[in-house]
Amino acid sequence: MKADAKNVLTGAHYLDGNHACAEGGIAAGCRFFAGYPITPSTEIAERISQRFPLVGGLFIQMEDELASMAAILGASWGGVKSMSCTSGPGFSLMMENFGLGIMTETPCVLVNVQRGGPSTGLPTLPGQADMMQARWGSHGDYEVIALAPDSPQESFELTIHAFNLSEKYRMPVLIMTDECVGHMTEKVVIPPPEEIELIARRYTEKKPDEALPFELTDDLISPMLPVGKGYKFHVTGLTHDERGYPVINAEAQEKNVVRLMDKVNKHADDIIWLEESDVEDAEVVIIAYGISSRVVKPAIARAQKEGIKVGEVKMVTVWPFPEKRVKELASKVKALIMVEMNYGQVFLEMDRIVGGKCATYLAGHAGGTVHKPDDVYRIIKEAVK
Amino acid sequence: MATTEIRITGFGGQGVILCGHIIGKAAAIYNDQHATLTQSFGPEARGSACSAQVVVSTERVLYPYVTSPHILLAMSNDGYNTHKRHMAEGSILVCEKDLVKPDKRGKEGEVFAVPATRIAEELGRKIVLNIVMLGFFAAVTDLMPMEALRQSVESSVPTGTEELNLKAFDRGYEYGVALKEKTEIQV
Repeated sequence: MKADAKNVLTGAHYLDGNHACAEGGIAAGCRFFAGYPITPSTEIAERISQRFPLVGGLFIQMEDELASMAAILGASWGGVKSMSCTSGPGFSLMMENFGLGIMTETPCVLVNVQRGGPSTGLPTLPGQADMMQARWGSHGDYEVIALAPDSPQESFELTIHAFNLSEKYRMPVLIMTDECVGHMTEKVVIPPPEEIELIARRYTEKKPDEALPFELTDDLISPMLPVGKGYKFHVTGLTHDERGYPVINAEAQEKNVVRLMDKVNKHADDIIWLEESDVEDAEVVIIAYGISSRVVKPAIARAQKEGIKVGEVKMVTVWPFPEKRVKELASKVKALIMVEMNYGQVFLEMDRIVGGKCATYLAGHAGGTVHKPDDVYRIIKEAVK
Repeated sequence: MATTEIRITGFGGQGVILCGHIIGKAAAIYNDQHATLTQSFGPEARGSACSAQVVVSTERVLYPYVTSPHILLAMSNDGYNTHKRHMAEGSILVCEKDLVKPDKRGKEGEVFAVPATRIAEELGRKIVLNIVMLGFFAAVTDLMPMEALRQSVESSVPTGTEELNLKAFDRGYEYGVALKEKTEIQV
């Protein structure tokens, strides 16, 4: 399926990451947005509110983030691609209904333009300290998919990719960007619509009296049931059977939760997206995501100039975590360095997977600005000592 | 790799961010360079001294923030005073002649001043002073061809104001060319 030609702004633009993200959503076919303004994410909502009337979408400014998250789930079940955006405090408020999206297996995209926390923290400055909240912020056991763009161009591209993943795996997908990328303006090339590949929603091929909204399929992803076409079904946050009816016992719980987790874990190779450079024969490898994966590059170049064998793994997807690849690297290199704007969130996951097979370092800080290449360079030097 | 860091500073409302946007867009869209624009979003961006930063480079900009600008475009004395200490040695100061008073504590090498407010007032709209500054900037720096900036002005200002803004740009440019020629004669 290709993007809808008349609504894609093909060409070269000078856009910030938030505007680019909004255009990515529109190109992906998103036609419902519910949100509540919060710095530094508001430009996404602003642009969508201006563009949606022109493309036939519906924008609603809700009373709060709880309602926003609930509304995009409802819209998705209504048959429309939907998204919302927020930042730290709003992300906290969305967590309960994000879990509802996981439980009801509802395709939608949620963008968190991360700022410094905790609480209201630094509204106008960047952070990457919501990464574990993205992973575990809602209650219960589940898996998530989270992407991290490093530029306005990637904000456009990864928003489309997030919609595709959400439809493919029938679940909410997170874009974990940050204030620096969101408010940074650069050239964004929007390709012609025929070059934008979209994954269409998979609906059941069964008749209304045979179809089940949570059918157990081989790939663990049940096709959805369309509304308004005679299908009757129930959607609930309670543990449910294939019909969607509540079943409150340990057996149903085991089946349901394990399937929700397997849906992501068994397709991890398809979901995980890494970009590696100079990793072959590297002595030290930097692992980073989002804006941090970009500002480490001058540090790497400087160290390489001095003959240090250092490579980079950029995590385009942060969750699910690339366990397999990190294990392989740990058995080959002297050290792995995680660079992130927090005091060790994804680092802890990396360190756990490494399990002592190589040295691990955290280049972390509390946010408010991006890493200075010099600081990363110093840690590379320490790691090769 | 040739990289130029630029900081634009002035009062909130003078069109500081638009100025940065036009420079970045000129480089990235009309001159085949890489340009990253960042801006101050805090309370300082609302009413008092605010600033926009542009990094222009022949290669992809990896570190997005400006640390020691090679060019400071100042439209207010407050802005100049806030940022003068962080300029690169021998950098260029491009400023509004009546509003900015360069002093010995700044690190600027060359200073280029234009009475942009007066020129804008002559054109009937004080609001275009930032575009006069841009025209002047195009003349006194060699960052990119004047035409790239001019095109960027045309495609960035509100519809219906293109003619006035291009006139403002041209007046600033002409003032800059004349000033440079005179400077050279004096040398």
